[in-house]
Amino acid sequence: MALTGAVRVTDASASESPAPPRGTKRGDGRAASAFLLPGAIGFVAFTAFPIVASLVMSFFDWPVLGTPSFVGFQNFVELFTTDPVFKTALLNTAVFVLLYVPVNIVVSMGLAVWISPRIIGRRYYRVLFFVPAVTPMVGNAVVFGLLYTPRGLIDSVFQTLFGVSAPNFLGSSAWALPAVVLMSVWQGFGYNLLVFSAALDAVPPSLTEAAAIDGAGPVRQFFSVVLPLMSPSLFFATVLTLISSFQVFVQPYILTGGGPGNSTTTLVMYLYQSGFQNFRLGFASAIAWVLFVIIMALTAIQFLGQKKWVHYDQ
Amino acid sequence: MTSEALGTRSAALSADDGTGAGTPDSGGSAGGLVPQNRKKRPPVVSQLLLTLALLVFLAPLAWMVLSSLKSAGEIFTTPPKLFGESLLFSNYSDALDFLPFGRFMLNTAFVAVTGTVITLVTSALSAYAFARLRFKGRDSLFLVYLGTLMVPQEVVVVPMFLIMNQLGWINTFQALILPWAFTAFGTFLLRQFFLTIPKELEESARIDGAGHWRILTQIIVPIAAPAFAVLAVFTFITYWNSFLWPLIVTNDVTTTTVPLGLNLFLGQNGQAWNLLMAAATISMAPTALLVLLLQRYLVKGIALSGLGGR
Repeated sequence: MALTGAVRVTDASASESPAPPRGTKRGDGRAASAFLLPGAIGFVAFTAFPIVASLVMSFFDWPVLGTPSFVGFQNFVELFTTDPVFKTALLNTAVFVLLYVPVNIVVSMGLAVWISPRIIGRRYYRVLFFVPAVTPMVGNAVVFGLLYTPRGLIDSVFQTLFGVSAPNFLGSSAWALPAVVLMSVWQGFGYNLLVFSAALDAVPPSLTEAAAIDGAGPVRQFFSVVLPLMSPSLFFATVLTLISSFQVFVQPYILTGGGPGNSTTTLVMYLYQSGFQNFRLGFASAIAWVLFVIIMALTAIQFLGQKKWVHYDQ
Repeated sequence: MTSEALGTRSAALSADDGTGAGTPDSGGSAGGLVPQNRKKRPPVVSQLLLTLALLVFLAPLAWMVLSSLKSAGEIFTTPPKLFGESLLFSNYSDALDFLPFGRFMLNTAFVAVTGTVITLVTSALSAYAFARLRFKGRDSLFLVYLGTLMVPQEVVVVPMFLIMNQLGWINTFQALILPWAFTAFGTFLLRQFFLTIPKELEESARIDGAGHWRILTQIIVPIAAPAFAVLAVFTFITYWNSFLWPLIVTNDVTTTTVPLGLNLFLGQNGQAWNLLMAAATISMAPTALLVLLLQRYLVKGIALSGLGGR
């Protein structure tokens, strides 16, 4: 039942023998069309077309009711000049990402190392840390609402232990965003924990043994041998965690509603408010494309940067 | 480049397959062992501290369940108490009286199961074409598919909402199911797996005159069953937990999903913390149990792809 035996997935074009000389063997064009058709229809209708449509819409003033009118770059100009909320939402999202991604990676990597093969029942530990990652985010956020609220669990523990009340986490603009980050890390790090655990288990023990014989301590072994070997996993996990953290929406929506003030309003929250509460669909599309461009740019930068530190086994 | 990176990813598949019989202790894993004394005793202190960390981690969920069994007056106490006067299981029936969570569960299950079936079928067909058939523009087309994986859902929800509006699909199940049943993720995941299946298995069938359809259904699908299981679990959970899209296209109890129902509950009855925690427990139990039951596939799937269910 185990998915073993996959040693290397080579690129299809590489695994194929070079293209046969013309006329000796026909391609499978007709069969391919039949096999691809069902997926492709849905793909065009629900992925490709909406992507193009949203780009087009971002250049329109597009109300839910009434006629759309072309406004060129005006939505984008408004976002970056006169809009009172957008800059705050952009900044909040950036702060969220800058806090969330490193903490998530460090915690998940640390625990992956900690849950070593010598831990009894290790797979149960792994999977329990993973539970909040697959339960509805709304549920997780609601639970943290009860922990954070004045007189809630954290506050009453503070009262009991120190005789002072805890900060009103969700009611103060200084604490609200860090509180959202903490809840999100708790909810989400189990995913990368599983990714890193799989990568760690794939490191051949002989290599760390060799390093140990050469006198490397556990820390040196980790940073000089294990980490380079699992760098592809680390790279992918970082890229994907960054992409998903830019899309943060449910946590602030449930915990704070974007408040106090706009101190926890994120890009996607502002997109939702603009499009589905103020019914400015073109404006919302413009926000979506700003988000998309930021994500694309950062992903491209990471792919360029990986040459320096990611080692694929050659 | 991508496939090169992915190759290394799938190398992780030979790891511990969840049978608990992991790699034998070879005195050199990242646990930081010294090679001299191979036969170390189990790391008791490490194990205890880890257990403590896990308990702290699980505390919020435990608190949710404990609070769901208290009376409204016992929710806020200093010092915190684990239990109230008695265990009020009636909170659960009260929560269910307030909003029909049973109905929401059926709705969500229907959406998730149907969406998963469509995803598996269309992904298998597309993946077979990309992994086994030769046709013009195959690799560029696959790259286009892959590229769309990078597009955030938020980019498509606005036009998608308009499309649904045009079709008159607001508050329908098809609006919840169809838009996300054709993502490239399934095609990508299955193609990666199909490529690892040795071609020799198909050669003899082809010599015996089997067509592509028979090769896919009778040879590839059985071998790739674990990959299908992985994709099914991920797709199901993604549908089950989806929030932003249902929030946009659903405002009627007949199509409300579980996460949306919990949000409704919060809006209408958010101060009744004990009932809210009962509702939260109800909303989280199904996928939590699913994960504990199907952990092997999830762990495998994450090792295989590293991007399902994010």
